[in-house]
Amino acid sequence: MALRQAAIYGKGGIGKSTTTQNLVAGLAEMGKKVMIVGCDPKADSTRLILHAKAQNSIMEMAAEAGTVEDLELEDVLKVGYGDIKCVESGGPEPGVGCAGRGVITAINFLEEEGAYDEDLDFVFYDVLGDVVCGGFAMPIRENKAQEIYIVVSGEMMAMYAANNIAKGIVKYANSGSVRLAGLICNSRETDREDELIEALAARLGTFMIHFVPRDNVVQRAEIRRMTVIEYDPGSKQADEYRTLARKIFENEKFIIPTPITMDQLEELLMEFGVMDEEDESIVGQTATAQA
Amino acid sequence: MTVMTREETEALIQEVLEIYPEKAKVDRAAHLALNDHEAEQAKKCITSNKKSLPGMMTIRGCAYAGSKGVVWGPIKDMIHISHGPVGCGQYSRAGRRNYYIGTTGVNTFVTMNFTSDFQEKDIVFGGDKKLDTMIDEIEKLFPLNKGITIQSECPIGLIGDDIEAVAKKKNKETGKTVVPVRCEGFRGVSQSLGHHIANDAVRDWALDARDDDDSFATTPYDVAIIGDYNIGGDAWSSRILLEEMGLRVVAQWSGDGSIAEIELTPKVKLNLVHCYRSMNYISRHMEEKYDIPWIEYNFFGPTKTAESMRKIASHFDESIQAKCEEVIAKYRTEWEQVIAKYRPRLEGKRVMLYVGGLRPRHVIGAYEDLGMDVVGTGYEFGHNDDYDRTIKEMGNATLLYDDVTGYEFEEFVKKVKPDLIGSGIKEKYIFQKMGVPFRQMHSWDYSGPYHGFDGFAIFARDMDMTLNNPCWAKLKAPWLKDESAEEALAASA
Repeated sequence: MALRQAAIYGKGGIGKSTTTQNLVAGLAEMGKKVMIVGCDPKADSTRLILHAKAQNSIMEMAAEAGTVEDLELEDVLKVGYGDIKCVESGGPEPGVGCAGRGVITAINFLEEEGAYDEDLDFVFYDVLGDVVCGGFAMPIRENKAQEIYIVVSGEMMAMYAANNIAKGIVKYANSGSVRLAGLICNSRETDREDELIEALAARLGTFMIHFVPRDNVVQRAEIRRMTVIEYDPGSKQADEYRTLARKIFENEKFIIPTPITMDQLEELLMEFGVMDEEDESIVGQTATAQA
Repeated sequence: MTVMTREETEALIQEVLEIYPEKAKVDRAAHLALNDHEAEQAKKCITSNKKSLPGMMTIRGCAYAGSKGVVWGPIKDMIHISHGPVGCGQYSRAGRRNYYIGTTGVNTFVTMNFTSDFQEKDIVFGGDKKLDTMIDEIEKLFPLNKGITIQSECPIGLIGDDIEAVAKKKNKETGKTVVPVRCEGFRGVSQSLGHHIANDAVRDWALDARDDDDSFATTPYDVAIIGDYNIGGDAWSSRILLEEMGLRVVAQWSGDGSIAEIELTPKVKLNLVHCYRSMNYISRHMEEKYDIPWIEYNFFGPTKTAESMRKIASHFDESIQAKCEEVIAKYRTEWEQVIAKYRPRLEGKRVMLYVGGLRPRHVIGAYEDLGMDVVGTGYEFGHNDDYDRTIKEMGNATLLYDDVTGYEFEEFVKKVKPDLIGSGIKEKYIFQKMGVPFRQMHSWDYSGPYHGFDGFAIFARDMDMTLNNPCWAKLKAPWLKDESAEEALAASA
């Protein structure tokens, strides 16, 4: 099969890295050859596959070697569970330098070094929470990821973020081949969560590809720096990730999203009781004034 | 073509604007004007200090150029770090001919390029540590430096390097002045904002160092030269006149200047401002904080020089005023001889200028002393107050062009047919190929000084040498020459 490149976006802390690594483990189990590219200066996108704290990142090693041109692919590419290839772009500590440039440099390096070789089936980019600058949009530019999955939950801020990411995709979809491929609901057990995400997906012109229920086995596996599929292959949660992997493998619904306005999103939230009807009379009132 | 009438000039501007699309036409029309002595304020006739239009081939520079290249760069005993990728520092290195006395690489550093030479990893991980290490290395290799400035190139502002923190830390460690300057090139519309930022950095990080120190013995005749960059030695040929008048020049800002001079300037009695555009900010600050008055002066050409000397002397007692007259009398024979020699060769010749800073107005007098007319002038990065000062210097109905585009400048020259153009290196070869005599008026075409009475002699010689160079008659191939031209040549022989 031809190489498929996918990027996973979503609000910070929503479970992008955990979901990505588990579903990639599922694809590997199916016999697919997969690579994960971590695009986050924290470099924690591959720890469950490699059983490591944090992999040596491209930017870290480039800084040691002098320049990125002095690096070899085998210095930065590690192979873990299910022969999954892992690289981390890496970047600065919080508050210094330019993490976005780190992502750009790292992805260019991978391309130039031929990391996307012919016998790969999938590349997954695991990208930092918000598309704060051009660097974090790098994975969805021309000739990179064609399909985007947004990890979301029934929480208000997660849905805000999903809608904003959809806006970002529109910009690049119109000038290139990138498409929204579905929402992955990583459940926070909010009320009517599955219906709400299905409704949001419909508004965005896409669909909820899978509802991943909450299960403590994920945390138990994480402590051991393992995916659920590796840690407890017989568990129900492992099957959930296998299903997600299969659905992604079979997915053909790639669309240009139709992001909604803030008002429309709030209406949707009100409809599902996530947000209260706005009461204009209390805006700007202090506690004392209201008492 | 002789002097253009008001109607002709107006028609010329309209004709040049004709080629532009509607929106660009409206924008550019505001930057082109004919001089009007009636106008009280320049802003009524010309717009300036606005963003250049894309694709217009502007001749402007950037904020880094204004700070590192103009204001800070000439301070000779400090090391100026071009913080960022190597190009900004290397391609601007030693280009401005700010002369200085000292041993380069030992106690003076003006023509050297110090850069943090940013690589990919410095962008991603930040350049603070590299800057810190670099300053340590500078201290080891060049221990006689009297301080350091950190001149920010564009990426520094994007990645948020905390150069202020590094400056404070290194100042504590070395005990020397360390100045962070936020002159990232993308700030502002031209180099002009760089001058302002650099002035503010002087104010915030250097100027008040000796406020509580009275050990410097002052005199009633202490002055500072502000805004003279000693191009080709300009500040030196100005300084001798001031000293002969009995004044004591405590500081030169910043040509052949030092950090000690900067720090002593708040002790002077009067600030003498030559380049108003690049240093009016610090002059105003010293007026507010230290009560030091400042005046503008013009040392181009004997008429303006003598006028300015008298104006300066009027701020001091009679002894200075008397000596001022003596000095003027002493040099009079000299400059009269210069005029006697060159004026007949230059009389009636017409000049178009397009430069920066103070020159679009300040050199007019020097040309007039030689019997020449400036028929068009404009500023790269001037503001309204520069044009206010220009209106009275220029003849009525002459051309004014602000942030002129490559196209406009060429068209104006084709129509106005000046005998000489004074502009920058980027314009030089275009006009020379068009067969128009040209002087590079940013760095005096590798000549100078042009300031003061000594400078005028060199100025006059240079203009004559360029304008009356026999090469201009030889631009046409012999087989293309028409007979009348040959006859004219024969007649003149």
